[in-house]
Amino acid sequence: MPKDHGIGASIKRREDVRFLTGTGNYTDDINIRGQAHVYFLRSDVAHGRLNKVDTTAASAMPGVIRIFTGADFAGVGGLPCGWQVTDRFGVAMKEPGHPVLAQGKVRHVGDPIAAIVAETLEQARDAAEAIGLDIEELPAVVDMKAAIKDGSALVHDEIGSNLCYDWGFVEDNKAAVDAAIKGAAHVTTLELVNNRLIANPMEPRVAVGDYHRATDESTLYTTSQNPHVIRLLMGAFVLGIPEHKLRVVSPDVGGGFGTKIFHYAEEAFCTFAARKLNRPVKWTSSRSEAFMSDAHGRDHVTKIELALDADHNFVAIRTETYANMGAYLSTFAPSVPTWLHGTLMAGNYKTPHIYVNVKAVFTNTVPVDAYRGAGRPEATYQLERVIDKAARELGVDPIALRRQNFVREFPYQTPVAVVYDTGNYDATMDKLIEMADMAGFPARRAASEAKGRLRGLGVNCYIEACGIAPSNLVGQLGARAGLYESATVRVNATGGIVVMTGSHSHGQGHETAFPQVIAEMLGVDESLVEIVHGDTARGPMGMGTYGSRSLAVGGSAMVRAAEKVLNKAKKIAAHLMEASDQDIEIKDGRFHVAGTDKSVAWGDITLAAYVPHNYPLEDLEPGLEETAFYDPSNFTYPAGAYACEVELDPDTGRVTIERFAAADDFGNIINPMIVSGQVHGGIAQGIGQALLEGAVYDDNGQLLTGSYMDYAMPRATDVPFYSVDHSCVTPCTHNPLGVKGCGEAGAIGSPPAVINAVLDAMNSGGIKIDHIDMPVSPARVWAAIQTAKA
Amino acid sequence: MYAFDLVRPATLADAVAAMAHDEAQALGGGQTLIPSLKARLASPATLVSLTGIAEMVGVCRGDDGAVCIGGATTHAQVARDVAAHYPALAKLALGIGDPAVRNRGTIGGSVANNDPAACYPSAVLASGATIVTNTRHIAADDYFQGMFTTALEPGEIITEVRFPVPMQAAYIKFEQPASRFALTGVFVARYADGVRVAVTGAAEQGVFRWSDAEAALSAQFAASAIAGMAPDADGMITDLHGTAAYRAHLVGVLTRRAVEAA
Repeated sequence: MPKDHGIGASIKRREDVRFLTGTGNYTDDINIRGQAHVYFLRSDVAHGRLNKVDTTAASAMPGVIRIFTGADFAGVGGLPCGWQVTDRFGVAMKEPGHPVLAQGKVRHVGDPIAAIVAETLEQARDAAEAIGLDIEELPAVVDMKAAIKDGSALVHDEIGSNLCYDWGFVEDNKAAVDAAIKGAAHVTTLELVNNRLIANPMEPRVAVGDYHRATDESTLYTTSQNPHVIRLLMGAFVLGIPEHKLRVVSPDVGGGFGTKIFHYAEEAFCTFAARKLNRPVKWTSSRSEAFMSDAHGRDHVTKIELALDADHNFVAIRTETYANMGAYLSTFAPSVPTWLHGTLMAGNYKTPHIYVNVKAVFTNTVPVDAYRGAGRPEATYQLERVIDKAARELGVDPIALRRQNFVREFPYQTPVAVVYDTGNYDATMDKLIEMADMAGFPARRAASEAKGRLRGLGVNCYIEACGIAPSNLVGQLGARAGLYESATVRVNATGGIVVMTGSHSHGQGHETAFPQVIAEMLGVDESLVEIVHGDTARGPMGMGTYGSRSLAVGGSAMVRAAEKVLNKAKKIAAHLMEASDQDIEIKDGRFHVAGTDKSVAWGDITLAAYVPHNYPLEDLEPGLEETAFYDPSNFTYPAGAYACEVELDPDTGRVTIERFAAADDFGNIINPMIVSGQVHGGIAQGIGQALLEGAVYDDNGQLLTGSYMDYAMPRATDVPFYSVDHSCVTPCTHNPLGVKGCGEAGAIGSPPAVINAVLDAMNSGGIKIDHIDMPVSPARVWAAIQTAKA
Repeated sequence: MYAFDLVRPATLADAVAAMAHDEAQALGGGQTLIPSLKARLASPATLVSLTGIAEMVGVCRGDDGAVCIGGATTHAQVARDVAAHYPALAKLALGIGDPAVRNRGTIGGSVANNDPAACYPSAVLASGATIVTNTRHIAADDYFQGMFTTALEPGEIITEVRFPVPMQAAYIKFEQPASRFALTGVFVARYADGVRVAVTGAAEQGVFRWSDAEAALSAQFAASAIAGMAPDADGMITDLHGTAAYRAHLVGVLTRRAVEAA
């Protein structure tokens, strides 16, 4: 019988009561007495010299309080970058300035030029139309390869080039990799594009700045995945407000997917303007603004070579990737194509020689940064695509080729720095073959062909490094922050427990899953446990939620704090029962003296802690509240195998997903229902990338996909009923819960399965084709069919 | 959006009077106009809402058997009330947008806007329908005059659209992946005096009749009669979602499928 509480129980999400009944408290629900509204006048050209911003007439318009331009930020810092990559030659990356409001130049469509603060938003918009702009348009830099050729226009004149860095990993291995490829029996080469995506969380970004002159305290309410990080970055690097005078609150957040990790200009502006004007200042992004101001994701152009020996063992991998940074370095942008991408290039396979080259390029486009998976989908996609291509070239079964090269001994030191602690890739592949009913595939293909359709089956594996990450390691890799997590477990006198975690929940279900861990540890019911997050005034310094780290790192911190509480509770119980704390055990929710019938309830202990009349005051402090910080010793390595089955209409080019199976090893599972939901959502985004989504700029740097009229998001009808499984478990060896993280897996593992399936379908119909780029829109499939026929 | 006055007449006569105001703009279900206003792409001084005019809402059969649909009738009501009279038309209405769109958007609004990717114009043109306004009757063949352009005069209001009911008909829409408008849509209608084929979404001029297919299908109403046929790609739309050649090809495929479905 499945558990009904504690670790392993599929408890329904308590936060859904408010989310599904419209009673959540989102940032846009926060309205402060006296607040003013800001509208950002944004550039409608991709690249231009900002000769003049004339606000004279606009400033006199009704309701206008003040109009700010770049000149108002002369003494204020720019938006900082949180990661410094060192290039192949030992030189630090180019790090141009990123002003809050444009200074001197505009560098992408959507770059904010002026901020109009007015009594109402409509008044601010009216005034924006009266601002006189003199912009001398410059040639737009859009194509990455052209951008780093001599003679290209420069996004940032002062750095003399559009190249941010040219990174080699591991540079010392390059010669050995080149030699291995030269001597290999077979080399498969593949060039591909990992399409640019726009995250599109349901809730757009919002910021409300508030300021109390009497206490000199600033508060920012913002849609962030990591409010403490925003406090640190904005306070220390942009506005110069010390952390004890700055509070950042991120209440209910309606989805982040990475794009709400970063520190944005609008947050800094609202905080800054509230101080200047001594009034609350609010900004709510429109959907149109979100398309041109939220950081985009992916956008890699890659060439990968896979070398095999005569027995089809992988001997070397060499890649060359152009990674788009956009116009400015977003907070963690430099890390995505490097440390979150190059380190995963071994995948699930033993390949002795690997060399990864990444050229990061500035263009006149919206900044690009982490989006669900961040670097790891790009690594997985190219690797799993090139393996499929190699299998087709060699005429071998793609599953057998993968199995032959699986890593089977752990810990496994990859040639790309990271060490896999544990895993069992055969187990997830075995499970997948069963779930996907591969035995029934030929019959399903025949049925499709009978109605004039083609059917394809695509399989891939994936591994990701998440639960990020050891601070000492990421520090060596260029991170300018630590990546620990914190938790405070506060037990109240009457037994209720409040856990303050640095992990932020914006759809992940922490408020349900975290209490399950506490309930299991302390023998209490989940209903006694409340999770508090998202407010720098209420919890200790935390690093926030991304990289599938909440449970692995934040949950581990909570476990460490709860262990301290438990140890103290046992001492109190021992005192109350005149026993040794070594003999105390928890059974049926009570603290017993082992081997006796003596016991006390949880509430007896908590009351004694706060009403210490009968209490060992000489040995123990009163109260029951503990804090822990946890810094992991390694990444975690979730892995799995995915299978997709598609049907393709050769007359129209339309691809439909017929079946999708995912076998994941996430280590131990706290709430299987929530884990399944995370995988479902991730696969939907992966299918979105594979079939539908793609941000497109024209040669002038205009965003052609600037609304849902042209940017295709996946909808319920685009995805099948998934078959997901996470019963193959190899517990993480280095965190107390043995958990690995599940948030990004679906988005990482699914795109190659879809594309491999599409190519299988086409080749089965005699359409000989090696590769097709995402998104595989009907028009693109049809065009590929015409090319193959010709 | 900019400030405007909203007038909500209860009769057609009041609506016509209100449309005489400077910079007056008729408002049907607002599925195109309201987003335009929100984006500040339009600035009418007065919006004249037509959806509260009872005489412009509903479905009936005319003396000649035509299905007559009031100009302010929503897509959802057409899907429901036309199903027994003209199933292909009802099915088209049921495939527009999503439930929110179908419960606000009106046939008059769609036909007046003449979006080159809208569904209704293909049914109007393939059915040889008549556009009835407050001043006159306009034959479909005379009504559509290019992308977002119609025979309507300023201030003229579509009160009704009259559809002769065909013996057989079907509409096949191939959706643009993002907007779910017709990347290409084909409406085929077979009448005693011949077959009409109208294509939406594909051409730069907006909805058009594919006369070669009409001739072939009028001779023999079977997909095989137009096997391998496609209209010329010249004049077809090329954009992010498909080339002119792709759209021309789709017209052939969808027309054959429509004939099979009719």
